[in-house]
Amino acid sequence: MDPVSRKTITVDVNGERYERELDARRLLIHFIRDDLDLTGSHIGCDTGNCGACSVLVDGTLVKSCMMLAVQADGAKIETVEGLAADGELNGLQQAFSDHHALQCGYCTPGMLMSATALLRENKSPSEDEIRKGIQGNICRCTGYVNIVEAIRAAAQ
Amino acid sequence: MLLREVEYARPARVQEALRLLGANDGARALAGGQTLINVMKARAASPDVLVDLADIAELRGIELGSDGTLELGAMTTYTDIIDSAEARARPILGEVCNQIADVQVRNRGTIGGNVCSNDPTNHLPPLLVAIGATMTIVGQAGERSVPADEFFLGVYMTAAGPGELLTKISVPPGKSDGFASVPIGKDGTCIVNVAASLTNRTARLAIGCVDAVPVLLTPDSTEDAAVRKAVHDANLDPPWDVHASAEYRRHLAEVLALRAVAQAAERR
Repeated sequence: MDPVSRKTITVDVNGERYERELDARRLLIHFIRDDLDLTGSHIGCDTGNCGACSVLVDGTLVKSCMMLAVQADGAKIETVEGLAADGELNGLQQAFSDHHALQCGYCTPGMLMSATALLRENKSPSEDEIRKGIQGNICRCTGYVNIVEAIRAAAQ
Repeated sequence: MLLREVEYARPARVQEALRLLGANDGARALAGGQTLINVMKARAASPDVLVDLADIAELRGIELGSDGTLELGAMTTYTDIIDSAEARARPILGEVCNQIADVQVRNRGTIGGNVCSNDPTNHLPPLLVAIGATMTIVGQAGERSVPADEFFLGVYMTAAGPGELLTKISVPPGKSDGFASVPIGKDGTCIVNVAASLTNRTARLAIGCVDAVPVLLTPDSTEDAAVRKAVHDANLDPPWDVHASAEYRRHLAEVLALRAVAQAAERR
């Protein structure tokens, strides 16, 4: 298999199958936002620090600005758009709303995906475990107290 | 950010990866990408070809030998190590991996990537030097073993040269280990870090962030005075930056050496 600068990849995003030809240099976040038009996942820092681009790849939480789209070939990807079913917020999203766990909302898609990953592994995380779970996600508006409360409420 | 154009290959075998790396001077191995993708955005690195190691099964996994030696595949992620029952044979490994960055980075970042990037602020170079790990490197000429204290050659430079791959890290049995750091924020980049490993009455200390490579010290005893003297005698000349002066880093090296030794001593 010789190196290629363009490649056709197939991914499953939120249960839907997509096949696209793209440049090898394309970041996964650009593929998700620009090629698939799923703009829920955000680009905050573009340096791997802020976590606004967090998605699940084969069930693993990753920052999609630090991964090439070609690396996700064949993967099952979950983004924030996949959380609500039939227009109804899921329990975690509702808890974020109920606890005012967002201000401007820019970090929220990444927070929700990190919390989703955490709660799948740990059904009743402690406050420390919640804080460790969202350590890779930065909120620059208002802090983390309400976010932690929302995740704790969603776990119950 | 848009990356410069790059070619990409994802071989399934080590030999194929070596062929691809050897075929082009601008080829570079891609492990977890948690450093490389970012430096490519900044154009600090601009490889022509990325050889993604993700599909090479022989580079993954953790095995505990009957003699207590741990064999860690270079593509083993921090999270794999944290979650591994086998890796608990040397508890310090999982403990230190759990201090690296955040969940997302730990899920993708690999032990091989951490040591091969050899950023002087990384956690694992001093740790692996202190605990006496051995690196297995393969190239077109075959396979060789390099002790961790000879593996790190300079900033971003290791004994794994162009066209070669680090395949495996072997860690001898032991439990009397310690790791102390002052990071920039919890689990952030280290300002100074020190790993310590004790056997009977000997101590191995490796100080990170104060030189291009971890500084290995072997104090005469684990007494505070001997540890302090060893750090003094090393005549450290650390870099200074916005986070810490050289003087403060020298001070931290001594304090953290004592803390790392104390932690290791508690675990005898």
